[in-house]
Amino acid sequence: MAKMKRDRHPMPLLDAAVRVNRFDEVALGYTLEMAIEEAQRCLKCKNPTCEIGCPVQSPVKDFVALLAEGKVAESVKRLREVNRLPAICGRVCPQEEQCESKCVMGVKFEPVAIGRLERFVADWERQHGFGELEPVASRGVKVAVVGAGPAGLTCAGDLAALGYQVTVFEALHAAGGVLMYGIPEFRLPKEIVETDVRRLEEMGVEFRYNVLVGRTVTIDDLMEKDGYSAVFIGTGAGLPKFMGIPGENYSGVYSANEFLTRINLLRAYKFPEYDTPLKVGKRVAVIGAGNTAMDSVRTALRVGAEQAMIVYRRTEHEMTARREEFEHAEEEGVQFNFLTNPVEILANEDGWVTGLKCVKMELGEPDESGRRKPVTVKGSEFVMPVDTVIMALGTTPNPILLRTTPGLQSNKWGCVVADPETGATTRPGVFAGGDAVTGAATVILAMGAGQKAARAIHEYLEKQAAVHA
Amino acid sequence: MYRILKMRQLTPVTRLYVVDAPLVARSAQPGQFIILRVGATGERIPITITDFDREAGTVTIVVQEVGKTTKWLAQLGEGDYIHDFAGPLGSPVELPAQGRVALVGGGFGTGAILTIAKALHGRPGITVDAIVGARNQDLLILADEVSANVDRFLACTDDGSYGYKGFVTGVLQEKIKAEEGYDLVIAVGPMPMMRAVAEVTRPYAIYTLASMDPIMLDGTGMCGACRVRVGGENRFACVDGPCFDAHKVDFEEVTRRTKMYKAEEKAALEHFEHQHEHEHECQCKKTAAVR
Repeated sequence: MAKMKRDRHPMPLLDAAVRVNRFDEVALGYTLEMAIEEAQRCLKCKNPTCEIGCPVQSPVKDFVALLAEGKVAESVKRLREVNRLPAICGRVCPQEEQCESKCVMGVKFEPVAIGRLERFVADWERQHGFGELEPVASRGVKVAVVGAGPAGLTCAGDLAALGYQVTVFEALHAAGGVLMYGIPEFRLPKEIVETDVRRLEEMGVEFRYNVLVGRTVTIDDLMEKDGYSAVFIGTGAGLPKFMGIPGENYSGVYSANEFLTRINLLRAYKFPEYDTPLKVGKRVAVIGAGNTAMDSVRTALRVGAEQAMIVYRRTEHEMTARREEFEHAEEEGVQFNFLTNPVEILANEDGWVTGLKCVKMELGEPDESGRRKPVTVKGSEFVMPVDTVIMALGTTPNPILLRTTPGLQSNKWGCVVADPETGATTRPGVFAGGDAVTGAATVILAMGAGQKAARAIHEYLEKQAAVHA
Repeated sequence: MYRILKMRQLTPVTRLYVVDAPLVARSAQPGQFIILRVGATGERIPITITDFDREAGTVTIVVQEVGKTTKWLAQLGEGDYIHDFAGPLGSPVELPAQGRVALVGGGFGTGAILTIAKALHGRPGITVDAIVGARNQDLLILADEVSANVDRFLACTDDGSYGYKGFVTGVLQEKIKAEEGYDLVIAVGPMPMMRAVAEVTRPYAIYTLASMDPIMLDGTGMCGACRVRVGGENRFACVDGPCFDAHKVDFEEVTRRTKMYKAEEKAALEHFEHQHEHEHECQCKKTAAVR
């Protein structure tokens, strides 16, 4: 047997100096040779712990083994039986905390690059054409899915595969949710999301855009007037948080949601070919250090900022962004101001941002999150000259659906109360999952919730049918 | 895609569209708005609902040509399609069961008071005055429709070509002073007008609502661009509004924020007009070549 390669194959990247001026995807993906070589590093464990690490239990062992034999078509077919969005997961999942963290190779060496292999097979499939869909007998039962984000798309796909007639109601004019409006093109090309949505359409899923459930139609309407036997709520956590510091309404202050939506969903970077405008100054400060903050600060560089910086009250070690995103941002020239907390936004007489007043922080005792709590250093106030401020502080669920749906219970954070195993809410026939239930989390956790809910909806509807038979 | 069933030119720069949008019509309430996108490269703009017909499944909007998007829309006529038409958005305006109400409309805002007038019309214990203004008689819109749904229709024009000579605030002030005042005033129109209305009613402590029209992207609570300071607190016009207590709105701030993209709006319009001149030239050349 050939000597086992200890290190994983590195991901080929677009050069930092080149990529910072454009929206092209940063990670270029493996070649077939690289992919097969990497797949051959898999130990084919009898008990594949990597699969336990995956929120949707992707068949990692099988798909990697088929790929190692060069059977790419079979490999992706096997993967797709469980995971409906592999090209997306391969790009945006935090594999280092999930499948790859459980890889036995990783105990002594580097874990198998499962995410990169997942991306490879999915991209290969997109380039070589999708296989024929196996026909599914229709059950003639209608299910409504509210929200076309990762949870909703997964739930819709799983239900359609079981023969349900699924309609996805989406408030915006495009499907994908955060995959479309939030995650930038250079990390997740929109064409990939569009392709996966088309695939669902081919499976018979119907998409209705510009429908804000709770306003355009209510859940009562859907179930009582429009004949839907069950509803899945996957409305995400879309409401942006602000800090509540003085000056937040000055011109030049954005929520990360607004900034990213203008660029990703509405293509403001192509203004005036596209009509949505965007104003970005020369010096941009992004407050926060999660993945959305990294997306915002790297996007700012691509739309003309000369300097783009992260302002974060804790340190590098407490950041919630993926290591990879942090490294890519650093390579691109993003500046990091750790232990720095904004206290006020300053502006000129016309109300345009001119600076960010901050204080320095130091780490004290651990707080309830287990992270050491930042404390203000007395007399450390200073002004950072900036002309654009982007708040990337996290999001909370949208209240509209809860306000307009009687019998649906929420918790004190405004999240829908749902059983973590089934997604069942306090209202019969109504299920929920993803950020709407958990608060802002990851794409893959939302997909996992969509998958579980699809199973639970199927069980619920079978039971209903038995009762009425 | 949403079909334009009827188009009516109200003034040289204002048009009324009746749009086929059954789901929007089914749920629409007075005070709410829609967001439309003319085409696939378009921006999303909020427009107040002027009227709706649940049975016919139609929603009526009034649009004034001010920038690229509205000029693009103005090129569409009956039978054409609007790419996206999402709604109804925003919280419906809370209307009283009784009392004296003044609906104040300025410019194209007059269209937006129609749906409120209709909802109040015929309620026992309610009297409604419509106070509407325009620069001159030709720019006064929907006078017949609004006057048919209110107790008194009080029009005014800047040049006196129709009704009172002067601004809506003058008429409002006069009516408050001369008569027993109002229990509720609702103002819809340009920001300076709504601000002036708030100042007229403030000394009398008359509850006054203003329909905010800030910059907005999604209209569902997601972007936060529409945040308006009301009573010192940030509120999202798309979720909690668009109507807010006019005495508590920070008009100075919201006015400044709506002008954030003035330069870009101008650039977009110039780009659009240039493209059109170009198209026009090309067609002329083609015609000439055929000859």
